[in-house]
Amino acid sequence: MNIYRSHVLICGGTGCTSSKSDKLQEKFEKLLVEKELDKEVKVVRTGCFGLCEAGPIIIVYPEGSFYSQVKIDDVEEIIEEHLLKGRIVKRLLFKDAIVEDIVKSVDEVDFYKKQKRIALKNCGVINPEDIDEYIALDGYLALGKALTEMTPEEVIETVKDSGLRGRGGGGFPTGLKWGFTAKAEGNQKYVLCNADEGDPGAFMDRSILEGDPHSVIEAMALAGYAIGSNQGYVYIRAEYPIAVERLQIAINQAREKGLLGKNIFGSDFDFDMEIRLGAGAFVCGEETALIASIEGERGMPRNKPPYPANKGLWQKPTLINNVETYANVAQIILHGADWFKEMGTEKSPGTKVFALGGKINNTGLIEIPMGTTLREVIYEVGGGIPNGKKFKAVQTGGPSGGCITSESLDTPIDFDSLTSIGSMMGSGGMIVMDEDDCMVDIARFFLDFTVEESCGKCPPCRIGTKRMLEILEKITSGKGEPEDLDRLERLAENIKVSSLCGLGQTAPNPVLSTLKHFRHEYEAHVNEKRCPFPHLRINSI
Amino acid sequence: MKSIEELRKVKEESLKRINLRKDREEGTRIVVSMDTCGIAAGARSILMSLLDEVNKRDLKDVTVTQTGCIGACNLEPVFEVYKPGEEKVTYVHMTLEKAKQVMEEHIINGKIVQEYTIGSNQ
Repeated sequence: MNIYRSHVLICGGTGCTSSKSDKLQEKFEKLLVEKELDKEVKVVRTGCFGLCEAGPIIIVYPEGSFYSQVKIDDVEEIIEEHLLKGRIVKRLLFKDAIVEDIVKSVDEVDFYKKQKRIALKNCGVINPEDIDEYIALDGYLALGKALTEMTPEEVIETVKDSGLRGRGGGGFPTGLKWGFTAKAEGNQKYVLCNADEGDPGAFMDRSILEGDPHSVIEAMALAGYAIGSNQGYVYIRAEYPIAVERLQIAINQAREKGLLGKNIFGSDFDFDMEIRLGAGAFVCGEETALIASIEGERGMPRNKPPYPANKGLWQKPTLINNVETYANVAQIILHGADWFKEMGTEKSPGTKVFALGGKINNTGLIEIPMGTTLREVIYEVGGGIPNGKKFKAVQTGGPSGGCITSESLDTPIDFDSLTSIGSMMGSGGMIVMDEDDCMVDIARFFLDFTVEESCGKCPPCRIGTKRMLEILEKITSGKGEPEDLDRLERLAENIKVSSLCGLGQTAPNPVLSTLKHFRHEYEAHVNEKRCPFPHLRINSI
Repeated sequence: MKSIEELRKVKEESLKRINLRKDREEGTRIVVSMDTCGIAAGARSILMSLLDEVNKRDLKDVTVTQTGCIGACNLEPVFEVYKPGEEKVTYVHMTLEKAKQVMEEHIINGKIVQEYTIGSNQ
């Protein structure tokens, strides 16, 4: 099959044919042969683009230039100017930006325009239950390349060079983690995938596992090769039945094809993996609690160090990464570290997947290059706030994060910028609030969640968050006193510094950040003894 | 899988089937978004009805398959149509009736049902 540098699509629908698009095609084909461009430019007759009143329509790719009402005499100009010299014939372009129309391919729709899909590359494209479709789009090629052309050290170096950071929220450099685990001494090592996604409103990992499970399997095999492990486990919450089912199908198919098992790609590398189901505890997303849960113990975190890289699953060196982190790995191995670094910012290269929810028009799953601003995400990708309401705040990082107000909307989204404005990247939940939302109630909602999910091992988290919730409930039910705010703040600071794991250390964040940005709302509750917002109380989970 | 050559062979064979670009040569591919949110919005019954129509009408060059989330959860149920020589078309807010109409007008008669496309619903 010839590779064409350009495609000329000529509409062959009834409307355009009646305005002589067939003659245009003949002319194009004739002139292209005359100018010896027929090997480089392909003319394709298509179905109706749906904009018959502007016909005949011609679209020239790769630019996607949309020409309307093209006449026979215009053909020569399009060929001379556009196809030979690369200058779009502006005069013939369809006016009005054709916002409403299908000819804007999906990539042109506002929702997709600013997106860049790496981790979600195959989601919505391939059938996740058919390994051949994954292979068709370069699946398992990275594994093949690594096993036949690269040493384990080179794989680790590539991941290190790419600057990939943990997408579960921590932002720890992935390559470093791989390096530590590779260096750790032990005859048996494990590769774990953390798919215990629990933030309210977050569903990035679920979508990756439901849409492209092989990308995670391939990356875990790559990780196994890099660190010297032959066994992997995916710890996934049982509340994700479809993801679990598709992942199991994918594992089975990979085994059948010999992409998991013994002597993969004829090398002496063996790797296999199994699924372990979580029973719905948020704290099991914390790595040491997750490991305890896989071991069959009660899912509770322990002190670090030792880190899992040295003493993890069954006290063996263990590598643990999040689903989205893994979903980037095969692409990095395939295209190289430099390719990855071209996207995003210097310290946070690549892209990030977010689950957009709350008071926003385009609720859904998005993947954007790091460095995109919150404003672009909310107003362009997200389509703004529904019902003409005003934006109030956006919560990133779920129950561990904080709210970001309109003054910070131009902050670029990356690990460090979000932390600097008092929130965090988190795993990728993004919940938008409008002017009708009561921020005290939002804080109460998240705290209610963490109180429920606290494992109870350390007192600051077990008792402290409970006391905070009681104060908040006092305030939201109109019984608060002015001193409650100081009490709340002091308690929050203490819990942050004295809790054992990330759950407790971050649980006060929603309260602290709403206290910082919306103290007047707390004061209104306390002084007027009522909620100033006419709203329904958010139900607890 | 014992070699990269073997992998490449599988790749080439399956690529013909799922070629997403307009230069695809083989048949029409209808891809229904079947992740949790799609299914919750009713994608399963739409997938079944599309399969049913294809079987009933004996459309030999049309495949109906499933995929994961395309991200536009507020527009579910969603399916996309890939036809040779066409850009892919994304249909949103699908119902059984609308799906049937798309089947008749677009899949069979080649006329895109514009009012149901993502471009008209953004």
